[in-house]
Amino acid sequence: MRSWEWARPVRPARREVLAAVPELDEGRPPLLFVPGFGHGAWAFAEHWLGHTSGRGFPAYAVSLRGHGDSEPAPDATLRAYVHDVVQVAADLPRRAVLVGHGAGALVVAHALARYPARAAVLVAPVLGGWPTFGAALRRNPAGTLPAVFGGRLRLAPRQLFSRELPDADARRYAARLGGASRRAQWALLNPDEPEAAVGRPPVLVLGSPDDRVVPVSALNRAARRYESAPLLFPGLGHDMMLDARWREPVDAILDWLEKEPAAGPSRA
Amino acid sequence: MSPSPEHDRSGPQPAPLAPTRDGRPVSDRGDTVCVIGAGASGLTAVKNLREHGFGVDCYERETGVGGAWNWRHDRSPVYASTHLISSRPFTQFPDFPMPDSWPDYPHHSQLLSYFERYADHFDLRQHIWFGTEVVRVEPAEGQRWDVTTRSTGGYGPERTSRYAAVVVANGHNWSPKLPRYEGLEEFRGEVMHASSYQDPAQLRGKRVLVVGAGNTGCDIAVEAAQQASHCWHSTRRGYWYAPKYVLGRPADQVNDTLLALRVPLRVRQWLYHLTLRLTVGDLTRFGLPAPDHRVYETHPIANSQLVYYVGHGEIAPVPDVARFHDRTVELTDGRRIDPELVVFATGYLPRFEFLDPKLLGDEGAEGRPRLWLNAFVPGHPTLAVVGLVQPDSGIFPLSHWQAVLFARLLRARLACPERAAAFAQRVTAGAGERYSGAVKDSSRHWFEVGHADYLRALERALRELEAGGR
Ligand SMILES: Cc1cc2nc3c(=O)[nH]c(=O)nc-3n(C[C@H](O)[C@H](O)[C@H](O)COP(=O)(O)OP(=O)(O)OC[C@H]3O[C@@H](n4cnc5c(N)ncnc54)[C@H](O)[C@@H]3O)c2cc1C
Ligand SMILES: NC(=O)c1ccc[n+]([C@@H]2O[C@H](COP(=O)([O-])OP(=O)(O)OC[C@H]3O[C@@H](n4cnc5c(N)ncnc54)[C@H](OP(=O)(O)O)[C@@H]3O)[C@@H](O)[C@H]2O)c1
Repeated sequence: MRSWEWARPVRPARREVLAAVPELDEGRPPLLFVPGFGHGAWAFAEHWLGHTSGRGFPAYAVSLRGHGDSEPAPDATLRAYVHDVVQVAADLPRRAVLVGHGAGALVVAHALARYPARAAVLVAPVLGGWPTFGAALRRNPAGTLPAVFGGRLRLAPRQLFSRELPDADARRYAARLGGASRRAQWALLNPDEPEAAVGRPPVLVLGSPDDRVVPVSALNRAARRYESAPLLFPGLGHDMMLDARWREPVDAILDWLEKEPAAGPSRA
Repeated sequence: MSPSPEHDRSGPQPAPLAPTRDGRPVSDRGDTVCVIGAGASGLTAVKNLREHGFGVDCYERETGVGGAWNWRHDRSPVYASTHLISSRPFTQFPDFPMPDSWPDYPHHSQLLSYFERYADHFDLRQHIWFGTEVVRVEPAEGQRWDVTTRSTGGYGPERTSRYAAVVVANGHNWSPKLPRYEGLEEFRGEVMHASSYQDPAQLRGKRVLVVGAGNTGCDIAVEAAQQASHCWHSTRRGYWYAPKYVLGRPADQVNDTLLALRVPLRVRQWLYHLTLRLTVGDLTRFGLPAPDHRVYETHPIANSQLVYYVGHGEIAPVPDVARFHDRTVELTDGRRIDPELVVFATGYLPRFEFLDPKLLGDEGAEGRPRLWLNAFVPGHPTLAVVGLVQPDSGIFPLSHWQAVLFARLLRARLACPERAAAFAQRVTAGAGERYSGAVKDSSRHWFEVGHADYLRALERALRELEAGGR
């Protein structure tokens, strides 16, 4: 029963969706990338979209409302972000794989209860709660503290990328970062437990021990929730899709999809 | 063996060493589940059974998906102007939203495209045998079922397959309910049931009598008001004509706000009466009869235009029809009117020709099954009916959860039989339960459910089935 949601549907917002589709349709499931707070679809367009479609998987990335080139939405709720993801997923020609990065993973975890994804991948997931906040506070007190009082959560470039990424690139990416709405940030501090996923999707969690936003303990906790262990990529920063060695994690995701029977193109 | 695409009409291949029934071969489909119908309810059954790991053969007598919403089908009851009466959030499947860009009350062609996209998105067509009609469903040993099919229209041989379970999703809004009247045979005017009404051109310039004030009757009366030279609208009682929008929002969303706040029925009725009084006011001044019941006690009518046209004198409300004469229709108040065309919008009756009525607990064969949750059959744990509900809201979320519950039940039968047995007891004990407030006695209310009461009951059943299980 979702009386409240029926009674108060989410207000539609214009969404930016970037796509890279292989020339030849080989029947592979589409991937929908969901960026974390502050990031837009551009973060995936940089490397991962092209690489994914190069390997034969249709690839899409959405900007949550208020991010990237989607409609501004200063009052957006976490529920509105989830709505955006499910809308885009249901609009794809085939049942999609949802890939959430950072707080985008929290959005995906909620979306899994609203859409029977073929599979889900949580990349350096920020599932929220005070432990995450504590870690962020220790590493970046100046950027994190204001978020508690309704200010904008700011992440330092060096928190997001490894030293291998040239400074110029790091600065360029950091300059494109925006912010999530206050209400969504607050939901990140006090997250509601996501409802159970529908359609039993297999879930892969991956991250890096050198991520300066998400500690390994958080990765383990996230993976345990889906009865698996995280895949680790040492040496990468939090923004794996932009970091110097972006290729390794995305290849691991696609390899996993190729092997995972439930996620394969034909389930007959 | 994988099922073939939709243009292949031959049906699944028989397995070797098949059992027989009355000397005819029966192909054994093992653990596969059979779904009858690929309308909205059938599609969601196929999807949810697949999701729970079952093989599925779905038979559809038409050549496409969408059932009632596929206007290309002969038996489709939709007419050119049909729009939803339940707004989008109530009508979409809970795990496959309709696009944000659609209006609050989408058109029937949008609904069809929605079901087609649902079928493609979840790759359902590979499990559907189109152009194939189910003619018999009979119990077989081990609580399995023999399903006999043939090509639609009766051509070609019959074939029988044995299934582990059957989902009946054949819809209940396609077989017209036609009342009998004295003198109808001598009537010289044109007579039709609303099911064959498609286009307002059929009314243009004629003197039209519309009988019945369900949503169909009201829609047709409104079109007659715009197209016909004269429109009478006959009802055998007074109704509450609810607008599609109140307080600036779709009316059902306002209603569910009250439900979410757990406002009691009496108070909701009072608020509703108040709202109607403040908008359209007392309808008896137009000659409409006063309702003989409180709001929510008949299936809701959602039509903002009917009262508008009555108020403009384009619809003349009249009482029930008493009898027909060769050129006139006599009303129960003794008046006679002379329509050229009579449209019976008197609703539909369910039909399960392929099943012995007793199987569904319909002892008197009056056409009304006796089930639990309108879906589960006492004594037959592997048979379920999906979509046999008439909610005060969209039907598709209800069908979805019925299908999920049945899929979980079938899984429980394999994994923890004691849970399935407890469920079977529940089915027997609860058969015939109602899920709505008091409703007027009429065949149109046989399956009437309040969506909130009904979904809560389904949710409870799901929880009980899962509790401690898995
Ligand atoms: C004019 C009109 C408007 C409506 N508007 C709404 C609305 O706004 N909101 C709402 O929720 N509901 C509405 N309804 C109710 C409507 O019945 C449901 O929306 C919906 O169509 C029910 O879906 P279903 O799959 O249960 O049945 P159907 O759509 O009737 O599908 C049943 C399918 O089973 C197939 N079938 C039947 N028998 C056999 C057989 N023996 N062998 C093989 N195949 C078979 C049929 O060909 C059909 O495709 C409306 C109904 C009408 C008449
Ligand atoms: N989305 C839409 O726009 C739309 C449009 C049409 C229909 N629908 C849905 O489709 C379903 C069927 O609707 P429907 O309107 O076709 O049928 P219905 O709801 O069953 O309405 C039948 C009407 O005919 C009357 N009637 C029945 N038998 C009669 C008799 N013997 N003599 C006189 N009157 C008689 C009924 O009166 P009583 O009340 O006295 O029984 C009622 O007014 C409903 O779920 C409806 O909501 C939706």
